[in-house]
Amino acid sequence: MENQQEIDRRCIAVLVDNEAGVLARVIGLFSGRGYNIDSLTVTEVDAEKHTSRITVVTTGTTMILEQIIAQLDRLVPVQQVFDMTNDYESVERELALVKVKGTGDKRIEALRVSEAFRARVIDTTLESFVFELTGAPSKLDAFVELMRPLGLVDVSRTGVVAIARGADGVLND
Amino acid sequence: MSQAILKEQSLDTEPRTMSGAEAVIQALLDQGVDVIFGYPGGAVLPIYDALFEQHGIRHVLVRHEQGAVHAAEGYARSTGKPGVVLVTSGPGATNAVTGLADALLDSIPIVCFSGQVATHLIGSDAFQEADTVGITRPCTKHNWLVKDAESLPRVIHEAFYVATNGRPGPVVVDIPKDVQFDTLAYSGPTNVQHRTYRPRLDPDQSQVQDAIDLIANAKRPLFYTGGGIINSGPEASRLLREFVRLTGFPITSTLMGLGAYPASESQWLGMVGMHGTFEANNAMHDCDVMINIGARFDDRVTGRLDAFSPDSKKIHVDIDPSSINKNVLVDVPVIGDCGRVLGEFLRVWKNAGHAPKASDLEAWWAQINEWRSRDCLKFEQSGDVIKPQYAIQRLYELTKNRETYISTEVGQHQMWAAQHYHFEEPNRWMTSGGLGTMGYGLPAAVGIQMAHSDALVIDIAGEASVLMTMQEMSTAVQYRLPIKIFILNNQYMGMVRQWQQLLHGGRYSHSYTESLPDFVKLAEAYGAHGIRCEDPSRLDDAINEMIDIDRPVLFDCVVDQMENCFPMIPSGAAHNDMILGTEDEEPREVSDAGKVLV
Repeated sequence: MENQQEIDRRCIAVLVDNEAGVLARVIGLFSGRGYNIDSLTVTEVDAEKHTSRITVVTTGTTMILEQIIAQLDRLVPVQQVFDMTNDYESVERELALVKVKGTGDKRIEALRVSEAFRARVIDTTLESFVFELTGAPSKLDAFVELMRPLGLVDVSRTGVVAIARGADGVLND
Repeated sequence: MSQAILKEQSLDTEPRTMSGAEAVIQALLDQGVDVIFGYPGGAVLPIYDALFEQHGIRHVLVRHEQGAVHAAEGYARSTGKPGVVLVTSGPGATNAVTGLADALLDSIPIVCFSGQVATHLIGSDAFQEADTVGITRPCTKHNWLVKDAESLPRVIHEAFYVATNGRPGPVVVDIPKDVQFDTLAYSGPTNVQHRTYRPRLDPDQSQVQDAIDLIANAKRPLFYTGGGIINSGPEASRLLREFVRLTGFPITSTLMGLGAYPASESQWLGMVGMHGTFEANNAMHDCDVMINIGARFDDRVTGRLDAFSPDSKKIHVDIDPSSINKNVLVDVPVIGDCGRVLGEFLRVWKNAGHAPKASDLEAWWAQINEWRSRDCLKFEQSGDVIKPQYAIQRLYELTKNRETYISTEVGQHQMWAAQHYHFEEPNRWMTSGGLGTMGYGLPAAVGIQMAHSDALVIDIAGEASVLMTMQEMSTAVQYRLPIKIFILNNQYMGMVRQWQQLLHGGRYSHSYTESLPDFVKLAEAYGAHGIRCEDPSRLDDAINEMIDIDRPVLFDCVVDQMENCFPMIPSGAAHNDMILGTEDEEPREVSDAGKVLV
């Protein structure tokens, strides 16, 4: 319980009943109580059971982070809350679509950098590329920064999703 | 209307065909609801039609939807059963919002049904359309918009389950008008359990053991109890009394928890917090083991957090895991229902053969008795003006031997009531603790009297608060509810004026009411009885007159305008830094950090 004032990052996965308004409840909890949302992703992961998985990355003191998890857990349509940062060894990934416009050397350099990052070209014209890139958020940040002087015109990112390493899953509990 | 379809309690599993509106009423009957508080309108007409000329449920027509929710709260808090509200769409629902927020902060089980425009009109800015589930989402425990008739019975039964299980709270079921007309196959509340919402009731045994170890070795212990005990039910109060007696420890309580432990017992220290007693607050500050059962370390209780009970080990019993470590870090959290946890505490305590160690506690009790000798609630009734404290004291003395239920509004009178009216039983004290809603007490009294027709129900009020929901006098008269509205009239919003005096240089900005109504004439206009008393020597007679009249009474008790409510922990101060309000005390500056607090 030391370092009460230190700000930590936490990745939290929330399994919810996929019913109307459930995302509003989660977002309303964060805005109403003044918690941060660094990234948020949500989609249905089990159509039969109408279960959606929300992954939210947040920051705060230990006390606030514990409070966020407890507050999420008491929402009625929330099935389970997982602290992916503290309670699991987990992998985090994010997907980005990055559009770069340019010709000549800049265009060649953009393509070369994208190869180094193992990005895929998913659309091209004679003066633009759209790259698709997955990885940890920091890798995506670095890629976007490198593309900025090379003609970056658009970025779309999914936000972080996370899953625990190892053989155990949570959906069939 | 097909009244024959509705049965008094249909616990049969065989589905029956009926309309959505009939299903609402049938579900209420099946949930054992006997009273609802409501106000009709376009979007709930089918449900009102289903209510017409049926006799299983009494409907109380309020004069404003806020009053309906407060009345339902009064009903719920005095009975332990959920309160039920029925309002129309749009303004009907938005008017109910204050009551819902009040019930959320005080953890009161309320099931509120609202009408909604027809499903095909939702989102079209139709007449009397409001996004009710959107508006009420942050002020309910949960809410539902029911878009198809088939799911209506399930949702209603779920709504009762969610409102009453775990930490209780208000829920809203929003029902579009076409869904009320549609036919459906109704089935009763068999196997009502929410798919995912399963609050934990029984405590973890290792947590119980850790708590008992701390309790058994305490030298300066203190019970700090709250509304969780009341919500858990009368058995929790009984177990609390037994455990407190067995341990010999002192006990204090929050505003919400008054009555769980009898105020007449010698181990009772009075209320804790901003206007709590000197002995309770000092004991909170100096204790070595704090046993919090069903309280939530609210800011009215803790005062300055970094100076809050610095040397104590803290045990926190709460049914809501999010209450743990929210404001104050605790050493031993115990998640569970207060009653069940107290049962476990008693079992483990007795099995281990623990007994009260009077010698260990001797020094602690000596210290407490020294604090007590300050007699922090003393006041002087002299001269020809009634002191508000004196009025409460006389009210208490003249009503304590009856079956009396007290509600209050919010402000000075509320704190004086908490200090000078003493409660021996749970569920007798209904006050807006968390939200601090002026206008709560009068409609709450309506709800209490509906549940306890022969009891003496008194709203201890301020003249400013009571005007916020005064229209419910009309409700009281219509239903012949002999509620007593005991107004401590100082012509000021007293608590606002007190803070302006203490924090804002005595600049009484807009806290004085110039043109108050003549409350006696107002009572008569409503068809109620009015009494005015300004003379201390006449007060007892006037109170007795109020008690003896079997009709609603507005009692205008004219009191000292400038009296302040003490003792007081000034905002931003610690528990052992109280203003006692005695003559020998210097006026105190409030810190800048304190001034920003409410």
